[in-house]
Amino acid sequence: MATIGHITTTFTAMSTAITTLDDQPAVSNPALQTSRWRKVAARWFVRLLSIALCFVLWEAASRGKWTVLGARFENVPAPSQVFDAAKELARSPKLTGHLKASLMRIFAGFSLAAVLAVASGMLIGRFRWAEDGLMPPFEILRPIPAVAWIPLAILLWPTPESSMIFITFIGAFFPILLNTVHGVEGIDRRLVQASLVLGTGRVALFREVILPGSLPAIVTGLTIGMGTAWFSLITAEMVSGQYGIGYFTWEAYTLQNYPDIVLGMILIGVLGMLSSGLIRIVGLRFMPWFKFGGNST
Amino acid sequence: MSDLFKPDEAAGIRLKQASLSFGEGANRLEALHQLELTIPAGEFVSVLGPSGCGKSTLIGAIAGLAKLSAGELLVNGSAVRAPGAERGVVFQHHTLFPWKTVFQNVEFGLRNRGVKKPERTASVREMLAHVGLEEFTHHYPAQLSGGMQQRVNLARALVNRPKVLLMDEPFAALDAQTRLNMQELLLALWSERRMTVLFVTHDVDEALFLADRVVVLSRRPAEIRSEVVVELPRPRTTSVLTEPRFSSLKRHCLELLRNESRRSIRPPPGDAQASPEELVEAVTEQA
Repeated sequence: MATIGHITTTFTAMSTAITTLDDQPAVSNPALQTSRWRKVAARWFVRLLSIALCFVLWEAASRGKWTVLGARFENVPAPSQVFDAAKELARSPKLTGHLKASLMRIFAGFSLAAVLAVASGMLIGRFRWAEDGLMPPFEILRPIPAVAWIPLAILLWPTPESSMIFITFIGAFFPILLNTVHGVEGIDRRLVQASLVLGTGRVALFREVILPGSLPAIVTGLTIGMGTAWFSLITAEMVSGQYGIGYFTWEAYTLQNYPDIVLGMILIGVLGMLSSGLIRIVGLRFMPWFKFGGNST
Repeated sequence: MSDLFKPDEAAGIRLKQASLSFGEGANRLEALHQLELTIPAGEFVSVLGPSGCGKSTLIGAIAGLAKLSAGELLVNGSAVRAPGAERGVVFQHHTLFPWKTVFQNVEFGLRNRGVKKPERTASVREMLAHVGLEEFTHHYPAQLSGGMQQRVNLARALVNRPKVLLMDEPFAALDAQTRLNMQELLLALWSERRMTVLFVTHDVDEALFLADRVVVLSRRPAEIRSEVVVELPRPRTTSVLTEPRFSSLKRHCLELLRNESRRSIRPPPGDAQASPEELVEAVTEQA
């Protein structure tokens, strides 16, 4: 088709123009390209140097038993001690037991929260009766931090395991719920109208329009919820756990095994980062259109 | 001629004393006032009117997205109660599903009606070839230009073989050249299908170039102010735009519109605050 050909050519011409504009100085001037590389390398050098400097200061502070603004580094293990503790833990069978326990609780609590929060969030965002019927109790429960639930959770659930899963669930539920509601409410009404005039039924409207339309917000909610799930779980494990990374960290304190405290903290950070990253990657897999400009055209 | 474009039974539109208002009490806003309009099956009618006069509300009512508060609205002899497949709608823009590919967007109406997959695929492919998009089948809307997106929009409505095609300023966001191409494409498709078309626009050239008849609406609440029959021969090409007959029709329409917008400078007491955006909101609220 002539017009399409025309449009495509214009597009190609435009993109060529943009690339040329952007690349021209670099191509015509190799010296400039080298200096650009140098700038990038310099920035990375500063970044790595900053981390290295932190370690050096930390090592010096613990070895020299400094007191900085009243904070005593006397009992703080040095990075080298933490590294030795990490090597030892990696060799011992203890590590997998703790990891398994924490990951299982996260998986159970988070999955439950994801299913319930996304389902109720979609109803609340779409129907006034659901908003009036569900939102008031949620609004009252929401500001209660997961930690404050711990005593009641212990009374409420028969085993420490189930109460810890419950605490994880509470931590993850509200961020997922609020983001889902926000996502559903943000769906362009014209898209709903367009689907209605194309003969969409009630169920299909949810499956084909409301769910994909709010998916970017849901994924954001899941990413945040994963962070709060870890936060809540670690607290719960410190109070009532028998295994798990939080328990490991607290146990290290009570046994005065100080390098393991810091090791536990680092493990928590890494696990939280990896699981949030996993959510984001899986989320993008389910939204192949997202990289072309989000949820708008 | 392909099966897809087999001349289909087109439907007529009939509005009798049709009024439509939103809100209650002091916030009550009348968008359409005792509108009388008859469009015989297969006719192409353009609707012109001052901005915010209720043109989009008219489309919404016929599409079944907004309910009349009084009067009657018949399509093909039966009253309109809800959206239906026999009435296709092409909105201005941003109404393709961003998460569906071109193919999936066009396929959507057929899927809703339970058309079987092989038949669906054949219809969608043929429709996409007709609007010149067969190479973009698996692209997402965000990867297409505005003109291509509106081709998909047109294909998405036409693949359901609607008897009535309702178009709400579908080409308003396009550049002049693309708009002309789209107008010619629309006329080509219409001459094959001969469905009834109601085309809302604020562009006098566009209204005259496309239609058999141009209906000029008053300021809100919309009533029919006047009608202009466009007796230009078909098939029309862009050269018609420079003919003296076209110019005199255009002058006449502009005159009518100018009179309308002068009247609307003095808003009547009571509904002075409502903006066209609020009207659109109100329509969507009902839907």
